[in-house]
Amino acid sequence: MDDFIAARSQMAMSLGFHIIFACVGMVMPFFMSIAHYIYLKTGNEIYKGLTKAWSRGVAILFATGAVSGTMLSFELGLLWPGFMKHAGPIFGMPFSLEGTAFFIEAIALGFFLYGWERFNKWFHWGTGLVVGISGIASGILVVAANAWMNSPSGFDYVNGEYLNIDPIKAMFNEAWFSQALHMTLAAFVSTGFAVAGVHALMIIKGKNVTFHKAAFKIAAISACIAALLQPISGDISAKDVGKRQPAKLAAMEAHFHTEANAAFLIGGIPDEETGTVKYGLKVPGVLNFLVHGDLTTPVTGLHDIPRDEWPPVAITHYAFQIMIGIGVLLMGLSILYFIALFKKKSWLDSRWLMRLFVIAIPMGYIALEAGWVVTEVGRQPWIIYGIMRTIDAVTPMPGIVYSFYVFTGVFLSLSLAVIYLLYRQITMVGYLYDPTDPHFKLKK
Amino acid sequence: MLYVVIAYLWAAICLYLILGGADFGAGIVELVTKRSSRPRVRGIMYKAIGPVWEANHMWLIIAIVILFVGFPEIYTTMSTYMHLPLLMMLMGIIARGTAFAFRNYDAVDDAMQGVYFRIFTVSSLVTPFFLGIIAAATVSGRIDVEATDFYAAYVGSWFNWFGVAVGLFTVAICGYLASIFAIGQIEQQEDQILMIRLAKLFVFVVMICGLGVFVAAYYSNIPLLNWVLGDLWGQLAIVLASMSVIWLFVSFKRKSITVMRILAGFQIVMILFAATYQHYPDLILLKNGAHLSLIDHSGAEAAIDSLAWALLLGSIFILPTLFYLMYSFSRNRASLSDVS
Repeated sequence: MDDFIAARSQMAMSLGFHIIFACVGMVMPFFMSIAHYIYLKTGNEIYKGLTKAWSRGVAILFATGAVSGTMLSFELGLLWPGFMKHAGPIFGMPFSLEGTAFFIEAIALGFFLYGWERFNKWFHWGTGLVVGISGIASGILVVAANAWMNSPSGFDYVNGEYLNIDPIKAMFNEAWFSQALHMTLAAFVSTGFAVAGVHALMIIKGKNVTFHKAAFKIAAISACIAALLQPISGDISAKDVGKRQPAKLAAMEAHFHTEANAAFLIGGIPDEETGTVKYGLKVPGVLNFLVHGDLTTPVTGLHDIPRDEWPPVAITHYAFQIMIGIGVLLMGLSILYFIALFKKKSWLDSRWLMRLFVIAIPMGYIALEAGWVVTEVGRQPWIIYGIMRTIDAVTPMPGIVYSFYVFTGVFLSLSLAVIYLLYRQITMVGYLYDPTDPHFKLKK
Repeated sequence: MLYVVIAYLWAAICLYLILGGADFGAGIVELVTKRSSRPRVRGIMYKAIGPVWEANHMWLIIAIVILFVGFPEIYTTMSTYMHLPLLMMLMGIIARGTAFAFRNYDAVDDAMQGVYFRIFTVSSLVTPFFLGIIAAATVSGRIDVEATDFYAAYVGSWFNWFGVAVGLFTVAICGYLASIFAIGQIEQQEDQILMIRLAKLFVFVVMICGLGVFVAAYYSNIPLLNWVLGDLWGQLAIVLASMSVIWLFVSFKRKSITVMRILAGFQIVMILFAATYQHYPDLILLKNGAHLSLIDHSGAEAAIDSLAWALLLGSIFILPTLFYLMYSFSRNRASLSDVS
């Protein structure tokens, strides 16, 4: 592995892990706040236990998200000094604001975790909500910074110099809205299904069923609403990418020849050398319609893009397929769930529906990672689209491959530790969080 | 607006050293206490830092963001040539943060606590040590941007006695801050006496380490003595810091907790002032004689302006809430009951 590939792998891996920690940290506080609200309104002790149980999860994930985020703020410089030297001042605005949002989140979490019976109950509830709101704000701001790499704006690039810098314009670049919307919904889909699935598993096992059903309902409804909204945001994103980054869109669809009435490709093995796709199902006109809203405007193919500006086609295409495929499956599950909720109450007690939710535990995260691969790999070979190549940004320090190994070790052990801790939380539900359980002891 | 940004950078570093330092110190204090009283000390430390520890580490993020938005050349020079110690510091940060969270939020109380303890205490030492090494390297004039071999470019600038001395000094400061902070959180008389004794010990450790820094600087041909005592302001800072130590011992006797805390914070401000004043506005001294200055190497004006506004705006939200958080949890020392 050469240093450049090692640096890219390390960055990809760090972001790949951070994205999961961050999404949980963004979404779980809302679940927690919903449960807390129900408790304050009804006085049902189960919801108090649920709030506490989820807040522990938030605390664990927030800590890992915070440290992996800290690492990333250093890694940007450790791995990509050539990029940061020029990009820092231009796309720094969202990061400066994110610093505040993140700080507020940490403060609010301190209030919430340690504030039981200390403050006015609605103030306490509000601090929990602030954790979620500032988490979402952080997420949107960081995505806005990433969107700038896809859609650089707020400066003039003249003879290799970055002039007339406008950080505000850079923050509100063309891609920020579509990316932020897609990412926020994805956070709710992935975390919602993961949380719902875990509680579904406990329902199947017959442990603390009332408790887990309460938890399941909050998570499942949130996840299913987000899953049904996601295609709309996906459509906005596709049109936006088609307009700004034709190479990325072409790679997503392994679309080699520029043509009108372009077909949407399902599956298929693209071959970059020959510019052909083996197998795969082509649905005529659909790609054209999704990108341009008509069948006559030609969709740019890879052959009309210089060969040295192609992203890796196969990876981008497979990742896109995985994301779309899982998105459709989760939409289907969401429709089933809403039918159960409003028409067929008996389904809610059925094992098959719960089993489907258990299967869906990792699905959202796989789609999330796949979507991230589409954005990032699809942008290659650029680190700032059309301006700076990734290879020109990498650190001159040799031996990055060892740093990659170290980080791999760290992130793997961190993830195992988090999974282990969450597992222990779940096994202790009866003792710590479910007041209707005979083992329950109020901790003093 | 550039000066607003520079002031924030200095304040963020200073607050990280004081608040983050006390936080790291919690692990160090735990490490040096006798095994038999460790659970008690851990309880004290936990009460002291539990609600605020996440917030304490945000100052580092603020400082880094200021550097890469406002002073990209300084940030990239540091992250290129300080790659290895930064990596070590990051490992420390990640291990410590997660170990602290895990041991407090783990649902089951069993042998895993011992594992968390070891990770927590070791990383509490490693992180400030490398923070000190990095700080030392920026002013030691050894960073060689023209070097061609690996050792000279990426190791030689920080791996030396001066760096080690500053690293140890930083560790000592953290332990000192934590012990002072902990005195105020203790209810039992005997524990308080124990902690005051520890704080006194740390005063001497800090002084010895400080002396070590000057000795190491002297043998490494770094004119530290001239920098610190070279003019009136530096001398004044040192005199004030020394005098406050005497006052500190008086307040140990009187057990006036607020005075102790203010004095300890004041000493750190003075030390940082004395260490940075003479270089200002230079942040990094390179081997080839060039200086990276906060004035000459700042980013585009528009970037600095928007950064300054973001910081000012952020302060309106952060400072009152942070103050209220610290106030709420330091006032009511009694029942910090259930931690969920």
